[in-house]
Amino acid sequence: MKKNWWKILSVVLLLYTLLAGLLVDVPRLSILNETIRNLHFHVTMWFAMIILLSGSVVFSVKHLRTGKMDYDDKAVELAKVGILFSVLGMLTGMLWAQYAWGAWWSGDAKQNTTAICMLIYFAYLVLRNSMTDEQQRGRVSAVYNVFAYAAMVPLLFVLPRMYDSLHPGNGGNPGLNFFDLDGKLRMVFYPAIIGWALLGLWLAELRLRSRRISRTIEEV
Amino acid sequence: MKKYLVSILLLFSLGAAAQNLDSLKTGEKYEVTEADYNNNTVEMADVMRSNGKIYVVVGAIVILFVGIVIYAISIDRKLSRIEREVFKGKG
Repeated sequence: MKKNWWKILSVVLLLYTLLAGLLVDVPRLSILNETIRNLHFHVTMWFAMIILLSGSVVFSVKHLRTGKMDYDDKAVELAKVGILFSVLGMLTGMLWAQYAWGAWWSGDAKQNTTAICMLIYFAYLVLRNSMTDEQQRGRVSAVYNVFAYAAMVPLLFVLPRMYDSLHPGNGGNPGLNFFDLDGKLRMVFYPAIIGWALLGLWLAELRLRSRRISRTIEEV
Repeated sequence: MKKYLVSILLLFSLGAAAQNLDSLKTGEKYEVTEADYNNNTVEMADVMRSNGKIYVVVGAIVILFVGIVIYAISIDRKLSRIEREVFKGKG
């Protein structure tokens, strides 16, 4: 139980996100209307994804330094959950775009670069499956993961800002100010990010443990 | 685990601090003010709220979430059981 406190924290934070995110007063802004509440669900997906993919790249580097397969397992499971979150974030974003911008896909700079970024990460999984030798797969995919992460940063944070984008947080130089947030929104937004990230970590942990079990069984 | 969480929290506080600085130079940024919370000309889900039925929807979502979490916990425990069996005697 003591080792699982973060799973409980995740569930508590997400219950708070659902309740407060749906019920607490939000600013009444035209066009956005109630959809501003998507901030706690759509935007947090991407923040959680970045946290998970950052974890993944750390373990990839560790794998390259030590050659331990356990690090490779950790890297791939974190990346898988990160990719899942990116798909969910993209779908929720398209739904939101249909109502806020009037089209599912408007070829917006942020949408396009994000799609490219997702393709780069899909290729990571394809690349892994193309190799049978474990050590080789671990090394090559770790190097690729570092490349994918390095490509993600400009694709998500730099390039969209160089063009006119419909997406909030772009245009000009917002620095760390991703969204036009105020205090009341932040009270739900930040806990929501941590809650989703921890949930992703939990899912990754479940798969990692089953991987370790099958590895042990194979060795016997 | 704890040290990762602390470093993430510190990262957020950095963002919050930067945001306070950023709000000083309002340019393209839209600043949300108290007036936005009271602006009744913008349509919101007020009807859903006034007759109280929105809580039914929120309740349904919470029930779904709790159900999925219970399922995840049961998978977690099952894995722990198998782990005890497989890693027995392996340290």
